[in-house]
Amino acid sequence: MQSIKSIYWQGMRAGAPFILILVPFSTLFGVIATEAGLNVTEALVMSALVVAGAAQFTAVQLMTEQVPVLIVLAAALTVNLRMAMYSAALTPYLGQLSLPKRALAAYFTVDQTYACSVAAYEAHPEWDLSRKLGYFLGVATPIMPCWLGFTVVGALLGGSVPDSMALDFAIPITFIAIVTPMLRTGAHRAAALAGIAASLCLTWLPYSLGVIFAGFIGMTVGAEIERRMVLRGTWT
Amino acid sequence: MIDKTTLWTVIAGIGIGSFALRFAFLGLVGDRPLPGWLLRHLRYTAVAVLPALIAPLVLWPPATGGEPDPARLLAALVALGVGLLTRSVLGAILAGGITLYAGLTLFG
Repeated sequence: MQSIKSIYWQGMRAGAPFILILVPFSTLFGVIATEAGLNVTEALVMSALVVAGAAQFTAVQLMTEQVPVLIVLAAALTVNLRMAMYSAALTPYLGQLSLPKRALAAYFTVDQTYACSVAAYEAHPEWDLSRKLGYFLGVATPIMPCWLGFTVVGALLGGSVPDSMALDFAIPITFIAIVTPMLRTGAHRAAALAGIAASLCLTWLPYSLGVIFAGFIGMTVGAEIERRMVLRGTWT
Repeated sequence: MIDKTTLWTVIAGIGIGSFALRFAFLGLVGDRPLPGWLLRHLRYTAVAVLPALIAPLVLWPPATGGEPDPARLLAALVALGVGLLTRSVLGAILAGGITLYAGLTLFG
């Protein structure tokens, strides 16, 4: 059996390549947060408490549009619903940990720790609970300091970035880049197309409510197509 | 300008809410099984919500006063194409960014 230490290192090695994506992403959050009027502390606290770039960008953008607080919260948490899916996917592997350790794992549950860990747990059914947690924390180790540190770098750069950099469009490009590799099946592609179509049809709704409705419409379309493909035996 | 009370309410609310979402199953459900329909819907949140969020920003960017902008449209299409072909997040970001600046220089 591999030692916990060597498994922790395996986790770190799996998490390290994500630094390449997180550095520009968190720097950008710092810059955009400052442009919206947040100071360095506020941007850092937000990154530390929320630990989810997409939700943070959504919240900051809606706040600059003076959208009511409840709708900002609803939109950002809808964007973060996928964390509940990650939590559900990790439960069979980490559900027997003590409550404080489960809380710790929950805090570090992000796209990267989820994706790397579930893949590793499937490949290593022989790992015991502490080895599984060791790998999970290993993946989080290079990611978290980088996420917080470069939020600060971005917030410090903030005001010095000129308008001609067109930073407004960094978010759409980044989200497109994050989502396209996830479009593995017909159901995923249909969910994305339905979400886009509904969102474009619902822009007349106030306070970006259309985005929330469109998200739920897209999810329902994806889930329904998956259900039918399973019934027909075409789901892989 | 964002009001400070609003800002801190939002930071606290999303912080607590996001932790609740992450803790929901791992912390409270433990190792009991989950209903299939719920997992099936949750599987599609990212691919449904993120495109819905940015689609209006791509077609009608606030930075141009809502007028469709050829440089931004082209950059979005290139990021999409590179993402679909290479499955590389970083590749798609770089290709989209380069296209955006090339486009802004050409059309702007």
